[in-house]
Amino acid sequence: MKNRAWWFLLPSLAVMSLSAFIPLMTVINYAQYSVFPGSAPQYIGMENFASVLQDPVFIGSLRRQVLFSFEVLLIEIPLGLGLALALPKKGKWVGWSLVLLGIPLLIPWNVVGIIWRVFTRSDLGAVPAMFNWFGYAGYNASLNSADAWWTVVAMDVWHWTPLVVLLCYAGLQAIPEEFYRAAKIDGASAWSTFIYVTLPKLRHALILAVLLRFMDSFKIYAEPFQLTGGGPGNSTTFLSIYTSRKAIGGFNMGFGAAVSIIYFFLVILISWLLYTAMLNVGGGNSK
Amino acid sequence: MKKRNVALWVYFAFLIMPIYWMLNTSFKTNDEILSYLHWYPHDFTVQNYVQIFTSPFWRRGFLNSIAFVSLNVLIVIIAAVPAAYAFSRWNFRGDKHLFFWLLTNRMAPPAAFIVPFFALYSNIGLFDTHIAVALAHALFNLPLAIWILEGFMSGIPRQIDETAFVDGYSFPRFFTKIFFPLISQGIAVAAFFAFLFSWVELLLARTLTSTVAKPITVTLSRSLGAGGWDWGVLAAAGVLTMVPGALVVYFIRNLMAKGFAMGRV
Repeated sequence: MKNRAWWFLLPSLAVMSLSAFIPLMTVINYAQYSVFPGSAPQYIGMENFASVLQDPVFIGSLRRQVLFSFEVLLIEIPLGLGLALALPKKGKWVGWSLVLLGIPLLIPWNVVGIIWRVFTRSDLGAVPAMFNWFGYAGYNASLNSADAWWTVVAMDVWHWTPLVVLLCYAGLQAIPEEFYRAAKIDGASAWSTFIYVTLPKLRHALILAVLLRFMDSFKIYAEPFQLTGGGPGNSTTFLSIYTSRKAIGGFNMGFGAAVSIIYFFLVILISWLLYTAMLNVGGGNSK
Repeated sequence: MKKRNVALWVYFAFLIMPIYWMLNTSFKTNDEILSYLHWYPHDFTVQNYVQIFTSPFWRRGFLNSIAFVSLNVLIVIIAAVPAAYAFSRWNFRGDKHLFFWLLTNRMAPPAAFIVPFFALYSNIGLFDTHIAVALAHALFNLPLAIWILEGFMSGIPRQIDETAFVDGYSFPRFFTKIFFPLISQGIAVAAFFAFLFSWVELLLARTLTSTVAKPITVTLSRSLGAGGWDWGVLAAAGVLTMVPGALVVYFIRNLMAKGFAMGRV
């Protein structure tokens, strides 16, 4: 009887062994060797990890990655929550708003990069023209690192805020009308209704939004790859761009594998930290 | 009241602008794109689209993408339904750990997996096939689908299963006649997200294909790399890659709200 569960899990485990388990074991194995194409792998223990942690380009991309993820979280979460509150609750505009919000989410990620490249390129884009019009003539995302950085951030806000809106909107719809009526009877102001009724009820949706946005922004690859190629210089080289460069570059594959393990570990660690932190904040007034 | 409508309009303008610019560019000639900054095409042309539809190079890319995305949805749903049933109905040794391990794969950065994926699929002779990409995308889609479906199934009372067995239903008959219709909406939501994340992914699809199974996203990406690219055609191809997503979103907008309401994306 108990064994029946495993039969039901068999197809999933078979697929996951090909798509997750064997690849992960291979990476862990590679990471302990010095693997150059065309020569026998040499066991070097933890040396790869040491050289990754000493690589200034790795440290730079890591620092940039953390900064980027927290910047987009700081913009997208409040913005998404605010927009979800502003969206109409019923009526004919609801459907259309949802469709519009869904569109950026279903555009292939590299096409998002292409859209923003066409939009912001100095020779054919609308953005430089608009900046020019407002008196900032020097905008150039492929030459100026600050412009490139903020263009990537704007692109991510454009691309992913809709997800936060949809999550919060669904969370809002699930709050029974009675709570608001009760708050009104008690004479609560709009602000305290928001703090004491809406926000605690949205906690689950917000935790989900923060975790998903963190995980996915930490893995970002195709969009900046297409928009800036990681440049100018290394100014928009995020961890995935760095990792894939090291992995495909015809370079020591053991080093690439060590980067991969450190990277995977960091995603899980920070997600877990965020999750516990969010559970503790306001844990008292939930449900 | 007024203020929030203004905020919404500003936001939707921001949402539409880059897409409008892409559309605008796709209907211009290259001459116009590079020499003038027109807010709408003065020299309107559909030549860019004609070029895409008549070129087997672009057409094959689209067909390849559709092939591996459909395969991925199929694999994910077939594997996830029984697994989600097991997680939602039975306690067994290690179930919590296994569930958690599955979810950590949703966090795995694909960049970290490209080398082993390439090595593994080359060794078993699947490199440059649709099935390779479909399996690789299961890395993040299968855990997600199990998670979504487990949520839907746990919302269905166990008594339904028990009553059916007491009434003499065999397991397969119970599953197809009673249980399946009850979770069909959950399956649609799970399939939607599997479609979404497989359709938009680039890195694994690019690593695992070279010529035969090359998806449209890679075709686009590689064309951009070559110098002196034809911006009009690129914009048109970009617009076309948005069509399937837009259609799907339009048809399942009500379901989408429901899937998000399950709190499991």
